[in-house]
Amino acid sequence: MAVAETLESPKPVDRSGTPLVDLRDISIAFGGIKAVNQVSVDLYPGEVVGLLGHNGAGKSTLIKCLSGAYHKDAGEIYINGEQATINNPRDARRYNIETIYQTLALADNLDAASNLFLGRELTNLAGLVDDAAMEAETRKIMGRLNPNFKKFSAPVSALSGGQRQSVAIARAVYFNAKILIMDEPTAALGPQETQMVADLIDELKRQGLGIFLIDHDVHQVKNLCDRAAVMKNGELVGVVDVDAVSVDDILAMIIAGKRPEHLS
Amino acid sequence: MAETTANSDAASSEPAQKRGFVQSLEIDIRLLGMIAAFIVICVVFNLLTGGRFLTPRNIFNLTIQTVSVAIMATGMVFIIVTRHIDLSVGALLATCSAIMAMMQTAWIPQFFGLEIGHPMIPWITIIIGIAIGTLLGSFQGWLVGYLAIPAFIVTLGGLLVWRNVGWYITNGQTIGPLDETFRAFGGISGTLGAQWSWIVGALLAAGALYALMAARRAKLAHQFPVKPMWAEALVALFAVGGILGFIAILNSYQVPERVLQRQFAARGEEVPEGFTAAYGLPISVLLLIAIAVIMTVVAKKTRLGRYIFATGGNPDAAELSGINTRMLTVKVFAIMGALVAISAVVASARLANHSNDIGTLDELRVIAAAVIGGTALAGGVGTIYGAILGALIMQSLQSGMAMVGVDAPFQNMVVGAVLVLAVLIDTIYRKRTGDR
Repeated sequence: MAVAETLESPKPVDRSGTPLVDLRDISIAFGGIKAVNQVSVDLYPGEVVGLLGHNGAGKSTLIKCLSGAYHKDAGEIYINGEQATINNPRDARRYNIETIYQTLALADNLDAASNLFLGRELTNLAGLVDDAAMEAETRKIMGRLNPNFKKFSAPVSALSGGQRQSVAIARAVYFNAKILIMDEPTAALGPQETQMVADLIDELKRQGLGIFLIDHDVHQVKNLCDRAAVMKNGELVGVVDVDAVSVDDILAMIIAGKRPEHLS
Repeated sequence: MAETTANSDAASSEPAQKRGFVQSLEIDIRLLGMIAAFIVICVVFNLLTGGRFLTPRNIFNLTIQTVSVAIMATGMVFIIVTRHIDLSVGALLATCSAIMAMMQTAWIPQFFGLEIGHPMIPWITIIIGIAIGTLLGSFQGWLVGYLAIPAFIVTLGGLLVWRNVGWYITNGQTIGPLDETFRAFGGISGTLGAQWSWIVGALLAAGALYALMAARRAKLAHQFPVKPMWAEALVALFAVGGILGFIAILNSYQVPERVLQRQFAARGEEVPEGFTAAYGLPISVLLLIAIAVIMTVVAKKTRLGRYIFATGGNPDAAELSGINTRMLTVKVFAIMGALVAISAVVASARLANHSNDIGTLDELRVIAAAVIGGTALAGGVGTIYGAILGALIMQSLQSGMAMVGVDAPFQNMVVGAVLVLAVLIDTIYRKRTGDR
C-alpha cells in the first residue's frame, strides 16, 4: 500500500480541551449476548481513532450507537462536553455526525446527486427539488474529490465501488461533518482510490474533524490513525497511541486481548 | 478494479455527438415499447372489428372506462415503488362509494336538512368522501409502517373488511340515482363541449411546451449538455400533436340526435335545424390528466417523491439518510386512499348509482396496470405515465376483445396472460440492458 510513503506526519493532537465525542460505558445486548459491554472511548478534534477487532468484536455495533442506527442499552454519549440523546440517524445528523458505512448506504436506483443530497435536497423558490442545482454542486465537489468521476446522470448501481465510495464521502464532506464515522472505507477500493481516501482523511483531520475509523487492516490503522482502540468479544482491550506501539503489539491486543506489557 | 473504472469512465465521457436517434431524443425506451404495444393492439382490433375500434365514439368510451383504474394505478406506483402492495383498493373504493352514495341520498338530507338536489350536496359528499378515503388509507399505512405488519396482510384483511363495510352501510342495496352534479364526474354525462375542450387542449399544449423549455433552460443555466435542437423540436411536436389530436378525436364524437332532442325537450324547445354538438373532453379524463400531472410532479420534483424512490431503492440507506420511512409509508398509503376515493366518485358517477359489487377485482386491474406500465415489484422503479398507459392497454384489450366477440372467460385469460408476458419481457429487457 502506497499510503505510508506519502503521509507526512501531522502535528500531534491536542487532547487538553473537551473531547469532541466521549462515549462512556456504552452497553448493548442482542438477545442476551452482550455485543458491547461497558466500553468507553473518546475522540478529540483533528484526531483519528481507529477501532480494531475481530469480526463480531463489537466495533461496528459500538459505533452504530453513535450514528443512531442502534439504540444503546446503557451508557452516555457526550458531544463537546454535553450529554447527547441520539435515538435515530436524524438525531446524529443534528450533532453533525456523518457516517460512511461498510455496506454503502446509497440508494442504487438514484443518481449521484440525489444520493449526495438525500434527506437534505436543495429546493427552488416553489419548494420543488432543484435537480440542476444539486447536479452542479455535485459536479463541483466531485471535481475536488474524484476528478475522474463523470457519470452524473446514471444510477449509482452503474458505478464502480470506488466511485460509489467517493459519492458517500462527498456526502459527508459537503455537509460539513464535525464527527465522521468511517466503517472500512477502503475495503472495496483499489490502491489508487485507497490513496485518495487516505489523503482525504488527512485533509479532514487538518480541518479539525474527529474521525472514527473502523478497519481490519492493522497497517492502515497505524498509518492513518492517532490512537487505536482495540475490542474483543464486546469489551474494550485498550486504547493506545499508535506511535507508542508496534504492529505486533496491536495484533497481540486483537488476538490475545491483552495490552502490550511496556504500557501496562 | 482499476480497469473497470477506466472502462466505465471512458464509456461515459465519450463525446455526445455519436449518439443514436433514440438516445438523442432522450426518451425512455420502455415508454416507446409501451406506446408501440398500444398502437399494435389498437390497429389489430381495428382490423378485426372492421374499423369500429378506432372510431371517435369507441375512443371516447375507452378513455372514460380507463379513468377509474388509471387514477388508482398512479397511487399504486408509489405503493409498489416503496416495496409494498395494496390489495384493498377495490374494496376501499366500494366503501368510499357506499359512504358517498348514502351521504347524498340519505344522510345529508336527513341530518343537515339540505333537500335532495341542493347544490352543496355533491361537494360536501366529495370532500368528506376523499377525507374518509385518506383516513382509511393512512390507517392501513400506519399498520404497515409503525406496527410492521406486512402490507400484503394488512390490505388482504382490508379487502375483506372494506368490501363488507360497504355492504353493511347500504344493506347490500343499489343506491341511486346519484346527484346530477356528482354524476358529471362519471364521463358521458359531464363533458366540456367542443369549445372548452379546445381551450383546455391549448392550455395543456402550452404547459407541455413550457415544461420542455424550462427543463432545457435549467440545464443550460448550469452548462450541462442538452439534446440537439431538432430532437427538442421533435419531442415538442409529438407532445403538442398528441394532445391536440386527442382533443380533435373527442370533439368529433357528436352527441346523437335523439339525445339532443331529449335535452331540448327538457327545456321545452325544439332542436334547431342543422344543430350539432360534440361531447368533447370528459371531466373525468380532465381529472385524470390533472392527477397525472400532480403525481408526476410529486414523484420527480418533491422531497416526498425523492424519498419514496430512495426508500424503494434501499430502505436502509433511506433510513440512515435521516428519512422517516415509517411516516413515509403512512403518507404513501394516505395518497393511495385519497386517490381511491376520487376513483370512487368517478366509478359510481359513471354508473349513475352505487351498486354493491362496484370495484370488484379492481385491485388486480390496478396492480396489473402499474406492473405492465413498468413498475418493478422489487421496488425503486416506476413511472406515473407508465401506469396510466398500462391501464389504457388493459382496457383496450378488454374492450377490443368484447367488440370482436371473444367469450368472457377467454377475455380474462388473455388479460392474465398479457400481464405475465409483460413482466417477462420487462425482466429480459432489464437483464439485457444491465438495469436492476
